[in-house]
Amino acid sequence: MKILAAMSGGVDSSVAAAMLVNEGHEVTGVHLRLTEQSPAQDGRVHGCCGIADADDARRVAQVLDIPFYVWNFKDAFAHGVIDDFVGEYARGRTPNPCVRCNETVKFGALRARALSLGFDAVATGHYARTRVEDGRWHLYRSADTEKDQSYVLARTGQEELSTARFPVGAQTKDATRELARQLGLRIADKPDSYEICFVPDGDAGGFVERSVEIPAGEIVGTDGAVLGEHPGIHRFTVGQRRGLGINSGSAKTFVLEIDAPQNRIVVGPEEMLGRRGLDAEGVRWIAGRTPERIDAVQVRAHGGVAAAGLLDVDGDRARVGFAEPQRGIAPGQLVAFYLGDEVLGGGTIARANR
Amino acid sequence: MQPRTTIYLDYAATSPLWPDARAAMAPYLDERYANASSLYAAAREARKAIEEAREIIAAAVGARPDEVIFTSGGTEADNIAVQGAAFRARNEGRDGIVVSAIEHHAVLDTAQWLGRNGFRVTEVPVDADGVLDVEALGRVVDKKTGVVSVMAANNEVGTIQPIARAGEIARAAGARFHTDAVQALPWIAVDVADTDLIALAGHKVGGPKGVGALIVRRGVGIEPLVHGGGQERGLRSGTYNVAGIVGFGAAVKTTLDARDQLVPRVRALRDRLQDALTTRIPKVTVNGARAERLPNNCNVCIDGIESEPLLLLLDAAGIAASSGSACQSGAAEASHVLTAMGVPKARALGALRLTLGRDTTAQEIDAAVGEIEAGVKRLRA
Repeated sequence: MKILAAMSGGVDSSVAAAMLVNEGHEVTGVHLRLTEQSPAQDGRVHGCCGIADADDARRVAQVLDIPFYVWNFKDAFAHGVIDDFVGEYARGRTPNPCVRCNETVKFGALRARALSLGFDAVATGHYARTRVEDGRWHLYRSADTEKDQSYVLARTGQEELSTARFPVGAQTKDATRELARQLGLRIADKPDSYEICFVPDGDAGGFVERSVEIPAGEIVGTDGAVLGEHPGIHRFTVGQRRGLGINSGSAKTFVLEIDAPQNRIVVGPEEMLGRRGLDAEGVRWIAGRTPERIDAVQVRAHGGVAAAGLLDVDGDRARVGFAEPQRGIAPGQLVAFYLGDEVLGGGTIARANR
Repeated sequence: MQPRTTIYLDYAATSPLWPDARAAMAPYLDERYANASSLYAAAREARKAIEEAREIIAAAVGARPDEVIFTSGGTEADNIAVQGAAFRARNEGRDGIVVSAIEHHAVLDTAQWLGRNGFRVTEVPVDADGVLDVEALGRVVDKKTGVVSVMAANNEVGTIQPIARAGEIARAAGARFHTDAVQALPWIAVDVADTDLIALAGHKVGGPKGVGALIVRRGVGIEPLVHGGGQERGLRSGTYNVAGIVGFGAAVKTTLDARDQLVPRVRALRDRLQDALTTRIPKVTVNGARAERLPNNCNVCIDGIESEPLLLLLDAAGIAASSGSACQSGAAEASHVLTAMGVPKARALGALRLTLGRDTTAQEIDAAVGEIEAGVKRLRA
């Protein structure tokens, strides 16, 4: 097969490309330039999209002896990911830019370009597995349960999955690193990146403020009493405890709700954090149709797995009920629907239900 | 598996080494290894070879041998020229730097860096065909201008710039006038009489990479940037790259000897390429079409496609082409040259630069046109 391997310069996508080469595929490597480069002089180490990372990816491609290109996808990234990131925070929601990047860039613009160039598939370093069963593509959690990234792929449809390859998904991260060492790849011990690639200083709030103006507002209790001021709703996420700047005595106080229309942050005690369910919008089912049942949902990239069932599905909207109350259900985040190890689909959390 | 590059249409990026240059260099990579600044016979032999190369390069631009400063390449020559002239001029109370908007990044980024360090930098626009607006230059150059830099011919679109007139304006105001003639040297005459400073590069004329020259006209004062052993009249210290300089000299000689016969042949091939692209592929526009251009340059915008995927298809077919200048990251950006010419971003991202050279054949041109046509068809589908 002719496969286009998206190569970030990290271990996972490097080994993914190497595995495909070893399987005898005709592999071409491509590194995506997604953001403006900060000048090399600032000495910052970037996670996945800096010039140093492009150089790492290029070196891997040289070792594998495959063609390699750096492609400029800054516009697609700015429109598909950064605008959404800023807009969602400004609306008081908590976006997941990696999910957006997968949907609009890797399995959006990049996939479209790859297919137009005659490639059969796009490979990435995601930890997830795909299988064809009953003539349909199915998505499963990775063999490495700690690294599993099936969550961020939950809204991928049949078309995308049929042209996607996740070579490292069937092994553990340790096995991936070991393979990188065996292949002599210099990135074998490169640390994993967790930060948001376009916010290298980790200050998402500051990034949003540089893009849009967000008004300050009030922090209120569940009874509506004003307890303090907030610098902008984008600085808060449901379940957050630190950075509230209010003195509520000895009781721990948490963000219960971001009330965007009234520009208020509603806070309260820990025991009020629990939610019995959620409403999802923009739901896509991998099989292309509503499943008979789910047995769990995942509501954030790391952790957040809860036993749950579907209460109602209406078009691309779904209502989910949890077996036990859950905390930190943040509108804007992705909710992924699971049955056992299989990902059945995903949507965006619209609201949490008491 | 890598494709094999069989049709090379990127002579503006670099050119193959002339066999004469290679032969001239060989002894200096082997037995003639002496440091040309030392005091014994072997060193004198190396020094003599350098001086012979210096004479050839000086003659190529109408300069005297002592006006040639060897550098590590065109970029370094541009840096010494712009920074060296800017720092000296500032001592004379002139802190203005004026550059054309389509300069190579070696000049443009140097000027912008100086701008962040206390100098006043002005970019002068070009017209829709990529030619400097001389009147605009006249309006911005004044008694506080220290350096004016206008390239002899543009590296992306090949447009030949009015450096004689630009130089007159600069020098009439008492500013130092620099021209980057890196792309021009293989194809057109450049004369130091029109300028104060000229940047040249070895590898664009069939010489080796890693060597270039800055012509500094007598009486033009600039500050050195690289200090040390005091070579090159103190303007560029460092142990001589003897083999590189010798190869550069030999390549310039061979290039000038071949030029009269090469120019019409390459121009005819370029015209054949350009005609085929514009007639066989819909919505192709030639950049700089109405300007006088280098005979080997063909730069087109192909509407409705991006050059990145097209370059992949051409690469797979063994064709070396470019979207503009060869930069470090490898990612295509909307060219600052096309942008300065008023080309909208979407169209600029569909730019394709094909630059021909001494070994280009009609068969290669025809094969390349076929691949480009097929590639565009595929990407527009």
